[in-house]
Amino acid sequence: MDNLRELYQEVILDHNKNPRNFRAMENPDGFAHGANPLCGDQIDVYLNLKDGVVEDVSFDGHGCAICTSSASMMTIELKGKTEAEALALFESFHHALTDDEPHPNDVPLGKLKVLTGVKEFPVRVKCATLAWHTFDAALKKVQGDISTE
Amino acid sequence: MSNTDQYDVASIRNDFPILGEKIHGKPLVYLDNAASSQHPAQVINAVKELYESGYSNIHRGVHQLSQDATKAYENGRSAVRGFINADCMHEVVFTSGTTESINLVAQSYARPRLQKGDEILITHMEHHSNIVPWQIVCEQTGAELKVVPISDRGELEMDRFAELLNERTALVSVTQVSNALGTVNPVAEIIEAAHALGVPVLVDGAQAVPHIPVDVQALDCDFYAFSGHKLYGPTGIGVLYGKEKLLNAMPPYQGGGDMILSVSFDGTTYNTLPYKFEAGTPNIAGVVGLGAAIEYVQKTGLGAIAAHEYGLLEYATSELKQIDGLRIIGEADHKAGLISFVLDQVHPHDIGTMLDAEGVAIRTGHHCAQPVMERYKIPATARASFGMYNTLQEIDVLVEAIHKTIGMFS
Ligand SMILES: Cc1ncc(COP(=O)(O)O)c(C=O)c1O
Ligand SMILES: [Zn+2]
Repeated sequence: MDNLRELYQEVILDHNKNPRNFRAMENPDGFAHGANPLCGDQIDVYLNLKDGVVEDVSFDGHGCAICTSSASMMTIELKGKTEAEALALFESFHHALTDDEPHPNDVPLGKLKVLTGVKEFPVRVKCATLAWHTFDAALKKVQGDISTE
Repeated sequence: MSNTDQYDVASIRNDFPILGEKIHGKPLVYLDNAASSQHPAQVINAVKELYESGYSNIHRGVHQLSQDATKAYENGRSAVRGFINADCMHEVVFTSGTTESINLVAQSYARPRLQKGDEILITHMEHHSNIVPWQIVCEQTGAELKVVPISDRGELEMDRFAELLNERTALVSVTQVSNALGTVNPVAEIIEAAHALGVPVLVDGAQAVPHIPVDVQALDCDFYAFSGHKLYGPTGIGVLYGKEKLLNAMPPYQGGGDMILSVSFDGTTYNTLPYKFEAGTPNIAGVVGLGAAIEYVQKTGLGAIAAHEYGLLEYATSELKQIDGLRIIGEADHKAGLISFVLDQVHPHDIGTMLDAEGVAIRTGHHCAQPVMERYKIPATARASFGMYNTLQEIDVLVEAIHKTIGMFS
């Protein structure tokens, strides 16, 4: 049960019940669909960039508590970050859930730290990282669009 | 319930070593039998004894061990024959499992016969292994896959089946018990209707053989497929039953050793049934384990097992229905011991993690039946499935763990 409390912390349960930035965006600069076929998590991530800074990011779809709360927290953390900062945070978050050793270039996780209890539940790591992978895909699309323009 | 009262579940549980295990410090409550069941000591020992004192390759050896192993292997076939009441031994083909059995029929029976415009008829509640092999063969031949819809309660729409079955239908392939909904389908009725049009029928018995006595001759099915690992036997072993006339007319599925009588570079003479379909060194220990599992199940009797599991199903259904916000997916009149459910507030994936912490093993996800999930517009379900060793007390533990889960998330 202690492990479970680590996993399902109050903050996480709250984000699951009341996900922030849970909405589709009308004309996003970037958009991607992410799916975790193992448990049926399906989310869409929408993204607006301005001068290389994440101006707005939102998501919708349906997922488990870990997936939904991770997506919700991600949207809060990403707003106002540059592309490089956003990707560095993604990488550090990913390391925290999958690697035992800290990486030298890891940036502080801030509020995302509550999600690191997922590390004790390896089958659930994909739930926690799905939103980030989907954001990454949306961002790459924007970058792709820009580079072909 | 009188059957259930006499049923000695305590002594059955004693036969299954794994049921004494603790998970996260709690006694294991194993309710994932539809995915794979556990093994009694009788099965474990049969495999152990084979390896310790009776193992060799089969068929080709003149030495004693090879003869012993060959005998043990063919005894396994004899056990299967009796278990499903096949007319003769050579109608029992060993495969690696249900999946391979269905692929064998798709490639060896259907593919050479199918033409553009022909139809294969399946249902909306099939496991992916009874969908994808047909999609592949349809792609190869230009035939078309037709699907019998299911009702909100999870029953086949039999009037739609009657409409979809027609002179273009080349084969009907249907599951006897749905792994996602628990529905027991009226396969006898389906076979009779198909035969009236001269259409052969494959029955996917993967979820049926552990729970329902099966008689392939009484059913008059043309093919019947099942796996050992859902029947308290080993993984990697399964069965394809086929009527002799059909099997004889089919080309081999794979080429290799054991499936030939003679090989020369001018040509090869195929072996007789069932060896024609058993290319290469087979899963000898798997067959021995499966034979032991069948013997074990027959000792208790599938009738008694079915009655016991029905008691579990009834009890669990009524208990789960009392839980606020819980919805059972699949409420057919005729069900085997399996309950799929969703909770209003909690995603199935979270239910699975919460129950695991209480020692309760259930399955969550789409259960390799994504069309069923789409049909009910849900991403996944939680599924508790019962076996011959489960108890009413274990259902109480399940119910308690679900209450805890809801408490945590509300
Ligand atoms: C109805 C049904 N058919 C086929 C299969 C496939 O069985 P196997 O994976 O043993 O080949 C399953 C297994 O879950 C099943 O439930
Ligand atoms: Zn998930």
